[in-house]
Amino acid sequence: MIQVILNGQPESLQPDLSVLALLEARGLVGKRLAVERNGEIVPKARHAEVKLADGDRLEIVVAVGGG
Amino acid sequence: MNDPLVIAGKAYHSRLLVGTGKYKDFAETREAIDASGAAIVTVAIRRTNIGQNPGEPNLLDVLPPEKFTILPNTAGCYTADDAVRTLRLARELLDGHALVKLEVLGDPKNLFPNMPETLKAAETLVKDGFDVMVYCADDPIQAKMLEDIGCCAIMPLASLIGSGMGIINPWNLRLIIDNAKVPVLVDAGVGTASDAAIAMELGCDGVLMNTAIAAAGRPVLMASAMRKAVEAGREAFLAGRMPRKFYSADPSSPTQGLIGS
Repeated sequence: MIQVILNGQPESLQPDLSVLALLEARGLVGKRLAVERNGEIVPKARHAEVKLADGDRLEIVVAVGGG
Repeated sequence: MNDPLVIAGKAYHSRLLVGTGKYKDFAETREAIDASGAAIVTVAIRRTNIGQNPGEPNLLDVLPPEKFTILPNTAGCYTADDAVRTLRLARELLDGHALVKLEVLGDPKNLFPNMPETLKAAETLVKDGFDVMVYCADDPIQAKMLEDIGCCAIMPLASLIGSGMGIINPWNLRLIIDNAKVPVLVDAGVGTASDAAIAMELGCDGVLMNTAIAAAGRPVLMASAMRKAVEAGREAFLAGRMPRKFYSADPSSPTQGLIGS
């Protein structure tokens, strides 16, 4: 298992997991969202190829109501 | 009247920009935005639930980016770095969309902007290809600095965010408007329709508001009122008001031909 920080919360994940596989596991595929990994954007086109690593800090965001 | 608001080279049919926060539900959000006639709507960027709440509705399903120009904001950011990161995420979320609203706050109590951090973030974002509409203090010098950096719209507060105190700084707003070659929009402080009309009569190019509509007793009706107020204020500005004549009345009806004279 690898340890990551996902939206500020520590999580244990399977090794060799791609960003896309993580989104699939959380029911987030097809939603309008954006992913940042260690301060860098992971473009949608690269979700399948980018693999998560131990210690990664991930942010997954959506648009919400605001002014 | 064909009088579009042009921001970063693109024309918009409405000079009223509205936020999407504080509504009862998404249905009311959409109804109010339709009543406002706004073309540009602001959204915030926040962490998603990560599987705890599957099937949660998404704001962008209610406000499709194909129909509205979505203006992501950096509300809640207190540093240039956080604001820049947030807007890079927004650009990814919105498929490369460049138009953004930058706000870097300085104090959670009064939500006044931190201008040094705002200027820093604006420089980074403009260099990175963003079209930056920027919330700022009503300071004509720093407003000009933001314009010189390359911001596409300057958006001073008229009074504190969410306060509904109205246009308390008309003289500063006029100084900013007179100095600027890019659109100037009042962002924050409007409480009711007359405030929006006053902003437009001063020569603002547009008004951005959220709480004034969302916190009204009847938000959808207030949205409609704001639409009319912005249009009325704009037309009054373009028409040019009559000069004020202090202490001297001037009758509108003929002084000759009165009966019994």
